Amino acid sequence: MDHEAAPSAVHHHSPPQGFIWKYIFSLDHKVIGKQYYFLSLLAVITGMVLSWLMRLHLAWGTAAIPLLDKLSPNGAPGGVMTPEYYLSLMTLHGTIMVFFVLTTAPQAGFGNYILPIQIGAEDMAFPRLNMLSFWVTFVSFVTLVSSLFVSDGPPISGWTAYAPLSALGSAGGPGLGRGQILWALAIATFCVGSLLGALNFIATTIDLRAKGMTLSRLPLTCWAWFITAILSLLAFAVLLPACVLLILDHIGGTSFFIPAGLVVSDALQPHAGGSPLLWQHLFWFFGHPEVYIAIVPGLGIVSNVLACTCRKPLLSYRVLVGCMIAIAFLSFTVWGHHMFLSGMSPYSGLTFSVPTLFITIPAAIVCLIWLGTVYGAKLRLNTFGLFAIGFISVFLTGGLSGFFLAQPSIDTYLHATYFVVGHFHFVMGVAAIFGMFTGTYFWFPKMFGRMMNETLGKIHFWLTFIGVYCIFMPMHYLGFAGNVRRYAAFTDDYMLPLIPVHKFITVAALTTGAVQLIFIFNLFWSMFRGKLASANPWEATELEWSTPSPPPFDNFGGQHPVVYRPPYEYNVEGATAEFIPQFTPDPVIKA
Amino acid sequence: MGKLFAVVMVIITLVSAYFVVEHTWWMPVDISVHGPGVDRQLEETMLGTGILFILSQLLLAAFVFFADKKGPRKIKRFPGGPVPLVLSAVILVGIEILTLTFVGSKVWASIYFTPPDPNSLRVDLQAEQFAFWFRYAGPDGQFGTIHPDKISDGNGNYYGLDPANDVAARDDIVVGSLTIPVDKPILLTMHSKDMIHSFYVPELRIQQDIVPGLDIPIHFTATKTGKFEIVCTQLCGLGHYSMRAFLEVLPQDKFDEWLKTQSQ
Repeated sequence: MDHEAAPSAVHHHSPPQGFIWKYIFSLDHKVIGKQYYFLSLLAVITGMVLSWLMRLHLAWGTAAIPLLDKLSPNGAPGGVMTPEYYLSLMTLHGTIMVFFVLTTAPQAGFGNYILPIQIGAEDMAFPRLNMLSFWVTFVSFVTLVSSLFVSDGPPISGWTAYAPLSALGSAGGPGLGRGQILWALAIATFCVGSLLGALNFIATTIDLRAKGMTLSRLPLTCWAWFITAILSLLAFAVLLPACVLLILDHIGGTSFFIPAGLVVSDALQPHAGGSPLLWQHLFWFFGHPEVYIAIVPGLGIVSNVLACTCRKPLLSYRVLVGCMIAIAFLSFTVWGHHMFLSGMSPYSGLTFSVPTLFITIPAAIVCLIWLGTVYGAKLRLNTFGLFAIGFISVFLTGGLSGFFLAQPSIDTYLHATYFVVGHFHFVMGVAAIFGMFTGTYFWFPKMFGRMMNETLGKIHFWLTFIGVYCIFMPMHYLGFAGNVRRYAAFTDDYMLPLIPVHKFITVAALTTGAVQLIFIFNLFWSMFRGKLASANPWEATELEWSTPSPPPFDNFGGQHPVVYRPPYEYNVEGATAEFIPQFTPDPVIKA
Repeated sequence: MGKLFAVVMVIITLVSAYFVVEHTWWMPVDISVHGPGVDRQLEETMLGTGILFILSQLLLAAFVFFADKKGPRKIKRFPGGPVPLVLSAVILVGIEILTLTFVGSKVWASIYFTPPDPNSLRVDLQAEQFAFWFRYAGPDGQFGTIHPDKISDGNGNYYGLDPANDVAARDDIVVGSLTIPVDKPILLTMHSKDMIHSFYVPELRIQQDIVPGLDIPIHFTATKTGKFEIVCTQLCGLGHYSMRAFLEVLPQDKFDEWLKTQSQ
């Protein structure tokens, strides 16, 4: 484990000339990282606008939404959306957010930009592969969004695309023909991009570490990206064939996911021999690790930033690494908890319940280690610090509600209600987004060479933090009351009294959404007008702070950085400096 | 800034907990024999996680509150280091998990592992895009065979029955709502003719996916009379939100009367 890597194998590609090679088809990991970041930004804005439309429709179902009929004359005649259009927006909201935001920015965005610099490399191991991963992902995004504009409508089967709804084609209803095929194509393409990216991350972390950067000196961000890359490699390798089979069911006349004897609109379907549960197993074998693909980079970013915010070493580096590995490993053993009620053997309900509950142990330890780190610290609460602490709060909240859903006997009641929506938005949506905000406020000076405005950042934090609790906490209450999710309208007698709660959530969502404009303004304004950033404005300890902001093309200006110590040496007893970066030679402390 | 964080955190925690303690929005009254077990399990989980929620958020608030000090100050290590924290997480969460699993598996078993009462009333459920159809065997006690090629919403043959050639099918009763006698075990066998649907009656504490290609049995006993909503909880197409039916629980004599009128 303490193998010392040779000085980074340098691949020597010279700085590109011309706009296209510099900014579009760049091989530079820093440009590719930013490309991923901005793709995610575009995706998160799209996904958020979709969620506003959904929320408006849920709270005020008969009210016309201005301009919506221009976007889709069939989906929203007169500005009032049809039930199928609601389901389309929901499908695209989920798919865009999970794949192009939660999977893309924390790992491919920040990971690409920061990982090589943090380990002291000049670039990723395979720059060309890296460029290819981004452009494949970009094509996937365009394919997905194009499904909004096909003649028979965008897909309506949700981000989980359960068969046979997703497999039967337009016989099952609008959006299930061409729209659904485009969805499957987009996701299959996305899988290819993620697999290429994962290979690159793994090779880079193993091969390109600078002299002295042993595994036990890797910043926790690098551990998180490394672990996530392994998860991606194993998980997307299952989703890819699943999507291919789904496409074949549409256009190849196969019946992988369709059993015999189905009758849709009085027409007997020409399929036999498939199983709808096969899709669920394949999908969730990917889908549950996917939750951790979204959140583990956040765990890394927050751990990393927390040490800097608290100005003390993390309570236990080794325990945090161990817990992340344990969480990642266990994530492959729990997929069946999404299927407690699917009709599979009730024995498997118990089999999947136990590891699901066990996964809370490493997760709880991570939270306690963070708490123990905050204890007795000397906080420097910059915006990124606030978001890191906010992350701990929302991650705890979302994690705890998982206790309910991990038990099949309670899931019997809460499955497919808004309780689930509240749970996964907290633990995977909001927590991961807080991780991205933490990363953005922390690394912005490094990435763009300028400082973000702290006052705007803090206003952004406070309104967002309170906002997300107002949006997602009431969803748990709705779940207790039995409010079913994925409904385009609430017409059942027992759900009617819950509509005021939905109105509250909608107002909170629109307000919190509007608050994000402050962030976007701050981001772009600071990019051009922000105060110039020094090399190490936060007095942090990792290698990226040894190089100018932004770093030169080869990251270290022809130097080969050497690492002398573990990360996070803040206020070490007996040290003369308040913090000792990893790159500071110190004859007193063993190199 | 840290002090403000602590105050906001305390307010969020207390407000969140208030609505749970008050049961402002809560489960409807249970009407099933197995339901009290589910409710107890849920209440105990609520208690355990509720305490953990309040404790952890308030600890976070307190630590941030006291760590936010200006001026020179010595950093304090957490007393005892990481080991006690790791051990307490393993032990406390471990006990919580084992308890929940042991108690919870009994509740799960009471729903799924106990065989149905041999004297159960057998009812069939056929789900289709946006409707539930329930079937009773009629006086002969036999269900007719389902022929997918004969299924037709157009002529009302929701089950694809063939009464001309199938004697058992002739007296099958097919209706759009589930009517059952109170305090009598029911064995409901579910199948779907098109998509995955789900059978959810919050008052019964039952939710079960109905998967095409599978016959999924579930059994329960209702303990209170009344009319309740059955809703679909698995996305099944554009009309998913409107897919519902009613469960009517009647006293035995009223039920017998109802069944008699249906078979005429």
